[in-house]
Amino acid sequence: MKTIEKIIKTKTLYGIITILIIWHVFHITVESNVIPSPYETVRRFIVLFPNTLSMHLLASLGRIMLAIGISIILGVPLGLWIGMNKKADSIISPVIYILYPLPKIAFLPIFMILLGIGNTAKVTLIVTIIIFQILIGVRDGVKEIPRELYYSAVSLGVSGAGIYRHLIMPAVLPRLFSALRLSLGISISTLFFAENFATTYGIGYYIMNAWTMVDYLDMFAGILSLSLLGLLLLRSLDMAERKICPWMFLK
Amino acid sequence: MIQIKDLSYSYDSDIALRNINLHIEKNTTCAIIGPSGCGKTTLLYLLAGFIDYTEGEIYIKNEKVKGSRKETGIILQDYSLLPWKTVWHNVALGLKIRGISKDKIEKEVDDILHELDIHELKTKYPAQLSGGQKQRVTIARTLIIKPDLLLLDEFTSALDAMTKENIQNLILNIYSKKPVTIVFVTHSIEEAVFLGQKIVIMEKAKIKKIIDNPYFGDVEIRSKIDYYNICLEVRRWLREGKTYENN
Repeated sequence: MKTIEKIIKTKTLYGIITILIIWHVFHITVESNVIPSPYETVRRFIVLFPNTLSMHLLASLGRIMLAIGISIILGVPLGLWIGMNKKADSIISPVIYILYPLPKIAFLPIFMILLGIGNTAKVTLIVTIIIFQILIGVRDGVKEIPRELYYSAVSLGVSGAGIYRHLIMPAVLPRLFSALRLSLGISISTLFFAENFATTYGIGYYIMNAWTMVDYLDMFAGILSLSLLGLLLLRSLDMAERKICPWMFLK
Repeated sequence: MIQIKDLSYSYDSDIALRNINLHIEKNTTCAIIGPSGCGKTTLLYLLAGFIDYTEGEIYIKNEKVKGSRKETGIILQDYSLLPWKTVWHNVALGLKIRGISKDKIEKEVDDILHELDIHELKTKYPAQLSGGQKQRVTIARTLIIKPDLLLLDEFTSALDAMTKENIQNLILNIYSKKPVTIVFVTHSIEEAVFLGQKIVIMEKAKIKKIIDNPYFGDVEIRSKIDYYNICLEVRRWLREGKTYENN
């Protein structure tokens, strides 16, 4: 376990160093305050984090978690249902395929009119985007279960809720984690857009506000905190997957 | 033990079984052999209750088969162990489902893992096992529910020659210690003759010939000439089918 952690840590470190070098090269080449140096940005980040950035990050994190939570609660059962039931699949999947590629972000104004300008509209927007990833991932996970595996479980006497517990849920979990990883990136970028409207809290708001005030150092400190939040969430998801799906990480 | 009467089965327009009649006595073994697509796996799946029949009747212990029976143990070709459960949990599953107490499960699982010589694998996942080890775990998992009928679907076809013989010996050994009714589908003539008291030769959805095998039960039979004589007889019946097909 320690070796695995070491490799992950080293890989993360490698990623950070590479990005810092590229960033620094841009900073030197452009020679403008539009791209501040990584060093200055990190210093500003440290100063801003305790009282300012942390508040904005928490607001954004709350919205992301809520949206992902709602998407799981709605998307997983629906995905299981259409994965298990051919008729449901033939009725629901065509509708999903039409709705999935729509640019839901264009509906933000409508959500704001219907649901108010608060968090509900923002969270709803993210849910309408990521629920499809989760739903389709889960549905495909169910469909991929080999028939023989189903037969073998049934032959041992597994039935009803046991089929979900011992067969379907474990088979679908790795797919769900992949869908969550994709959803996380999409949620962050969607939120960034949504937080430009009718809010004074959230890291998206903070970055765009710094931009309009032409404070590029603050803006970069905000971007840095957003990427660190993304990294933290993705790593947490990886750790959770290792814990919950150990059979996927066998040597 | 098993009575099959006028059983027919079709997949849409493809006839898989036509008018099958077969009687298998309690605590005997029966091999079903035939070319691919002759309907032998369909017959086994019908016995297992995996698929529902519409024409004819199947009785197991005088009861009409409707869905899967709790006392029927099934071993499939590709082992079908649940990849997310360790060996121990795969073997314990059948008992857990039956609501047996934790202490009893622990004892019984440990006993059967020792008996099949796979106790040291108990914390491993199926992906970490060799083909032979996986098949042993599958056998343990099936035997632990104390079935009165064992159905095996090409259970050694994915194994190398030596492991195949080991697993066949293991099945014979298990049978000798505690006889149960065994019905197995196989592609291998040698396997059919080694493990089958009754050898059912199928062709094109029908039973073509049933051969009684008087040498069943002899572990050393593979080194005896009688074994090869029966193998030849089975081969001849199968080959005749092929010639028939080509014409």
